[in-house]
Amino acid sequence: MSGPSAAPAPQLADPLTGRTTPPSGFGAAMPPVDGKPRLPGSLHLNRRLSQWLSFHADGRVTITPGKVELGQGILTTLSQIAADELDVDLRRVTARAASTPDSPDEAVTSGSLSTQDSGGALRHACAAARAIFTEVVAQRTGVPLASITIEDGLFHGPAGPIGSYWELADQALLECEATPDARPKPPGARRIAGTSVARIDLPDKVFGAARYVHDLRLPGMLQARMVRPPARRAVLTALRDGPLPGDARVVRDGSVLAVLATTEWDAEAAAARVAARAAWEAQDTLPEQALLADWLRAAAARGERSDILREGEAGAVARTLRRSFFRPYLAHASVAPSCAVARWEGDTVTVWTHSQGTYNLRADLAKALRCPPEKVVVRHMEGAGCYGHNGADDVALDAALAARAVPGIPVRMLWSRAEELGWSPFSPAMLVDVEADLDAAGNVAAWRSHIISNGHSSRPGRATEPTLLSASMLAEPFAVKPSINPPMAAGGGAPRNGVPLYRFPARQVETTRLLEMPVRTSALRGLGASINVWSIESLMDEAAALAGTDPLEYRLRHLDDPRAVAVLARVAAVSNWRERPKREGWGMGLGFARYKNSGAWAAVVAEVEARERVLCRRLWIAGDVGEVVNPDGVANQFEGGAIHGASVALLEEVRFDRRRVTSDSWEEFPILRFSEVPKVAVDIIARPDQPFLGAGEASMAPTIAAIAGGIHEALGVRPRALPFTPDNLAEATA
Amino acid sequence: MVQFSLNGAPVALDVPPEASLLQALRGPAGLSGPRFGCGTERCGSCMVLLDGVPSCACTLAAESCAGRAVVTVEGLGTREAPHPLQAAFLAEQAGQCGYCLSGILVSAAALLARDPAPAEEAIRAALDPHLCRCGSHNRIIRAVQRAARAMPAPSDSHGPAATGTGDVNRMAGS
Ligand code: FES
Ligand code: FES
Repeated sequence: MSGPSAAPAPQLADPLTGRTTPPSGFGAAMPPVDGKPRLPGSLHLNRRLSQWLSFHADGRVTITPGKVELGQGILTTLSQIAADELDVDLRRVTARAASTPDSPDEAVTSGSLSTQDSGGALRHACAAARAIFTEVVAQRTGVPLASITIEDGLFHGPAGPIGSYWELADQALLECEATPDARPKPPGARRIAGTSVARIDLPDKVFGAARYVHDLRLPGMLQARMVRPPARRAVLTALRDGPLPGDARVVRDGSVLAVLATTEWDAEAAAARVAARAAWEAQDTLPEQALLADWLRAAAARGERSDILREGEAGAVARTLRRSFFRPYLAHASVAPSCAVARWEGDTVTVWTHSQGTYNLRADLAKALRCPPEKVVVRHMEGAGCYGHNGADDVALDAALAARAVPGIPVRMLWSRAEELGWSPFSPAMLVDVEADLDAAGNVAAWRSHIISNGHSSRPGRATEPTLLSASMLAEPFAVKPSINPPMAAGGGAPRNGVPLYRFPARQVETTRLLEMPVRTSALRGLGASINVWSIESLMDEAAALAGTDPLEYRLRHLDDPRAVAVLARVAAVSNWRERPKREGWGMGLGFARYKNSGAWAAVVAEVEARERVLCRRLWIAGDVGEVVNPDGVANQFEGGAIHGASVALLEEVRFDRRRVTSDSWEEFPILRFSEVPKVAVDIIARPDQPFLGAGEASMAPTIAAIAGGIHEALGVRPRALPFTPDNLAEATA
Repeated sequence: MVQFSLNGAPVALDVPPEASLLQALRGPAGLSGPRFGCGTERCGSCMVLLDGVPSCACTLAAESCAGRAVVTVEGLGTREAPHPLQAAFLAEQAGQCGYCLSGILVSAAALLARDPAPAEEAIRAALDPHLCRCGSHNRIIRAVQRAARAMPAPSDSHGPAATGTGDVNRMAGS
């Protein structure tokens, strides 16, 4: 699926599993070798056409992808692809939200793989459906296949209309497996894919319609809130009885404590009262925040070290740069707290959720609830923006546990802001040690790095124990296992983007996965890329300065990949990089990466202003995502990822004491606000004949790297620790 | 029972003293536009206009709104007759997940009612109480600018063609 590249992703066996192909659930981009004819994306594992689309007699098409809307616009993109392949107007296409057991199992909506996995599948499935319907029309009418055209779902022969999808809306025609011989349109024939059609979900959102799971109102529904312990791993030892407001009641299973009430005000008042009546046994389980980097290093000595890549021979070495980079734990910080609705009927539970993976969540709910997966139905509804494995899955279990106390009655569980920021999975704190050997000409002769981190995935559905938060607090608790990393073939976790794309004669990359996990960690936008790209780009800047070369020219000197060169050249042109002015207190920096070394290319120039703290004022981004289905949608994703990156670079850090995460409010975990966000200009290089690559995660890491470079130009210091706050910059040296 | 004007029509909601305006709007009033994000006036998801002034519904007691005019995003416009801001947000594709938009639209409507041609800095300042985690900020700013251009000059706003303008007090029925 990948385009030309000078440095393809290394295809080593995964250090954890020994596998060279990803286990199910890390995205379906690379299906297992199963002897079946290869089909694109998720179609390979979900081969029946009726799993993907259906026609209706009233002139509509429903597509039924397993990927879900996270705010990234995927349902619009997939609708465009389907409308184009079928030759129907886009307005006829409805995308149904994923649910078990009806939707194809597309594992998790993550890794910027949705357009590949689901778009590739739908394009092929729609081309196959179109061919089947055309053939049926030809047989029925005697009009030769080659002279049939389709216009907005109507089939035309030389003498006029001869049928339509709607007349033949006979599901039986699609009750067959796709074959590899379906032929999607050539790029030049596409009319809807490749255009900036408006997002299909946005009107609901600007008119305040009920669209999110938070808005679901079922008859008789009760409101639920959790009562969380005052410390991680605390055990509930006693709960005093006492009056509760209204019809509120308590639900308890071990240390899992929830309240239910008809109204939100009673549920919240009840939660506060119950919290005051609960006694917990708590201990210090978290490291000392101020010594987090030291703790990471100490834990690494007890961790699981493995090689990611070891290749090449360095020539003569004139000098060696040794640097270490640090990143704190990061929070998802979605604008809405996680929410789910659950209802038990007999021994079956239905859960409405904004999870990224309906089947994976179903698997873990079944384990945690100790029931067969067939007894769990998971229906997706949108939540607020999702940037990785947040609390969506956890709250689904909380809802199911609370609802179990009231059979037949739907229960809406809403987390608080403090739970969202304090109890969701976090992106792990990381340390990266880098050594770069420079030759006499100042070029990099050898690269060595060691990436230290907890694993970047504790997603549900993959382990024997459920990974959902409350599963470890039940009366019969499940063990919490340290997070794992996706295999390198799926982009890796901590070492994601840790292998430089630059042409270095020798490269050695190692990683250590920590086997202790004081804070639950999982996937957040880019996984390890944010620190790995920054560490590589920082060293490139420093080596360029030593060689007396501009950072752009120095990078180009180390690159062969023409698409990498193209995005760097484009961003340099649009930002006027080579003529950038030198201004007191201002600086510009450059960052580049190809996401996962196999996905989209992004080059970013950041303009920063150093006042009492550093602000990022402007960003210029050039990207290459292969085929672009919706140019404005791709630009939107690049902008969003870049602003997320700027916020991480300048502000974000999960704070904790020895017992609990203390950054559980917006005051304690600030993100960039309107007056602080940079202006962003995005320029996407069109490659209509190349495979699509996904846009959501490509711009974030290079943005962080570019801001670091801009800080050096403005202040003369090279940041070594995120976030780039005055305190952390004061510790950095020139 | 608390009575007030909601999006131009009188309502009487049966809520106890401890209910917030946000809980009253999402509960007995049956609205979805005002959204819960934090409950502490730090994110703006719940923003409504109270007598034309942007106010966080999450911390306001519903009872304190008795006799006043409350406007939510649902009161700005409809699909058939969108507020210029709603039309502009769609034209600029200003949003990703969209969870932040109800509150932002309400604050922007108050801004345009007060300042029909705001400078970019004024837009950023007016929207600073709002968080958008998806990074749609620049699109949102462009959309507010577009709406400002599309709206009739203030002198027209009390004329018969004023439906759907930024005259929020009129829309609130006050
Ligand atoms: S919910 Fe009211 S400001 Fe956040
Ligand atoms: S669009 Fe998602 S928070 Fe603003």
